[in-house]
Amino acid sequence: MISLQGIHKSYEMGANSLHVLKGIDIHIKEGAFVSIMGSSGSGKSTLLNILGILDDYDQGEYKLGDQVINSSLSQKEAAQLRNRHIGFVFQSFNLLSFKTAVENVALPLYYQKVSRKERTEIAMSYLEKVGLAAWSDHYPNQMSGGQQQRVSIARALITQPKVILADEPTGALDSVTSNEVMDLFAEVNDQGITTVIVTHEDDIAALTERIIRLRDGLIERE
Amino acid sequence: MWDLDKWQEILTSIGKHKLRTALTAFGVAWGIFMLVLLLGAGRGLHNGIAYQFEGDAVNSLWLMTGRTSKPFRGLGEGRRIKLNNDDYDFLLDELEQIEGLSGKYFISGDKVVKYKNKSIRYPVQGIHPDGAKAEATKPTKGRLINHQDHEMTRKVAVFGGIAAEQIFGEEDPIGKEVSIDNVIYKVIGVYVDTEGEWAMKRIYLPISTVQKVYSSYDRIDQLIVLAGDLSFPEMLKLEERTREIIEERKIIAPGDNRALRISNFAEEYQSLTSLLFAINSIIWIVGIFSMIAGVIGVSNIMLIIVKDRTKEIGIRKAIGASPRSVVSMILMEALVITGVAGYIGLGLGILVLAGLKGVETEFFRQPEINIGVAIAATLVLIIAGVFAGLLPAIKAARINPVKAIKSE
Repeated sequence: MISLQGIHKSYEMGANSLHVLKGIDIHIKEGAFVSIMGSSGSGKSTLLNILGILDDYDQGEYKLGDQVINSSLSQKEAAQLRNRHIGFVFQSFNLLSFKTAVENVALPLYYQKVSRKERTEIAMSYLEKVGLAAWSDHYPNQMSGGQQQRVSIARALITQPKVILADEPTGALDSVTSNEVMDLFAEVNDQGITTVIVTHEDDIAALTERIIRLRDGLIERE
Repeated sequence: MWDLDKWQEILTSIGKHKLRTALTAFGVAWGIFMLVLLLGAGRGLHNGIAYQFEGDAVNSLWLMTGRTSKPFRGLGEGRRIKLNNDDYDFLLDELEQIEGLSGKYFISGDKVVKYKNKSIRYPVQGIHPDGAKAEATKPTKGRLINHQDHEMTRKVAVFGGIAAEQIFGEEDPIGKEVSIDNVIYKVIGVYVDTEGEWAMKRIYLPISTVQKVYSSYDRIDQLIVLAGDLSFPEMLKLEERTREIIEERKIIAPGDNRALRISNFAEEYQSLTSLLFAINSIIWIVGIFSMIAGVIGVSNIMLIIVKDRTKEIGIRKAIGASPRSVVSMILMEALVITGVAGYIGLGLGILVLAGLKGVETEFFRQPEINIGVAIAATLVLIIAGVFAGLLPAIKAARINPVKAIKSE
């Protein structure tokens, strides 16, 4: 599903260049449940951004399914690929504060030009799946962190993506809620969706099927 | 653009951000409102000064005749020169590019005007229909003398405002019959003349009627050439040409000022024109500077809005919004808010000006605004606001969504 070959990435920092990824090779099979670990500055966020087509890379090759992802993609094409194939889950949930839970979940379908009525129905069914149907009319600030993260997972799932990318999804949650969220990811993964979780917590990584450790821009070990 | 769903999305977003919407709308509406008021007030000043001075400064030549002071072509000095209807007709034919021509017949001595039990003496003059323009009189009731009155030698009279008040008091003078020097006339109008109170104690009759009543069939005491907006040099030429014509017709030595005196009001007219031009320029400068202030204000608001929405832009991009859709969404929102607010400000400004319409003080009267100018100003402000938002919106849509999301 995901294939990275010799990926390099540097950031220009004034006169200096910061070499963040120094040749990454990763292959993730369809339906895998993977975690990427590393301390801060190890390059794991950069790697996730490249996987999510949110950032481009300098060297190497990235294939998502059959699609080669490189800088020849226009912003619009990248946006469409993100919309159809990738679901994002962030540490700070990143729900739109002025939209209710169901509106937040439905938003990706707005960009697929699904009608309002239809996408609200679909969004309700996904809220049900994450156990928050009763909270559909609540705004993010009326919900707990765990509930918000479940809403954001529902939003990531609504386009039926091939891959879920989660950036420290439990970073802002207590351990009980973290486990609930990880259970939800496991369920998602059981449906055959490739799930990649970036984390620095060992016990979270331990809940996945495969752990990739990053150190100083290289894969340390698996 | 007319995607219903998109509009729903935009309107929801506007409705959910009440404070932001209210502040933006207030800023835009206030800017336009002040602009309209300033332009209107400037116009009021302009109107006031024009009203104050235009009675004394009609671009015109006034011809009076007397006795010759030099012998010419075998005719001796001391000969009395009189103007008549033929001179009037000849000048009217001969002088092109003039706006109008009026003769004046001064009935000697103030005449007794009788109405009911009142009897007061007033100066009475016969004039052509263009005479009203020469005196810069304006009707406050009824109408002034027109061509039909003149051609049909109607016995009609136009009263100065003060004379009308003294004779008729609270009564409406229009249509009333009065006796002037023992002849009955019908009052058709009342005029106002800013030159002074004395100018409003006069009574005007059609010159043809006066000539008939006083049995002087073609006498004209004074000729007034109305020159419209001819320039100063053109006015000098017109004066020269007029002098030549009359000197030729009446056999007057060239430059005999006792026989023919021409008063040229071009200079007075020019100084009023340049005063009004100066006021107009000030109005424009004030207008342009308030526009700039408005544009800066609206642009600032737009910059802040876009900055405020950077995180939202990042989130929308991460879940699949194309940069273009994000930019267009922000701009449409801005357009809706500034557009609605702009026209509210415009409407309020025009309403306030309409409320001030009756204001008539010495140097300020009838503030008004050219609707076209007001709408153009509003459009400029809206477009400027949208452009001000466009650049940062494009920039925000280009940056990496992850960075945008992390910006707080």
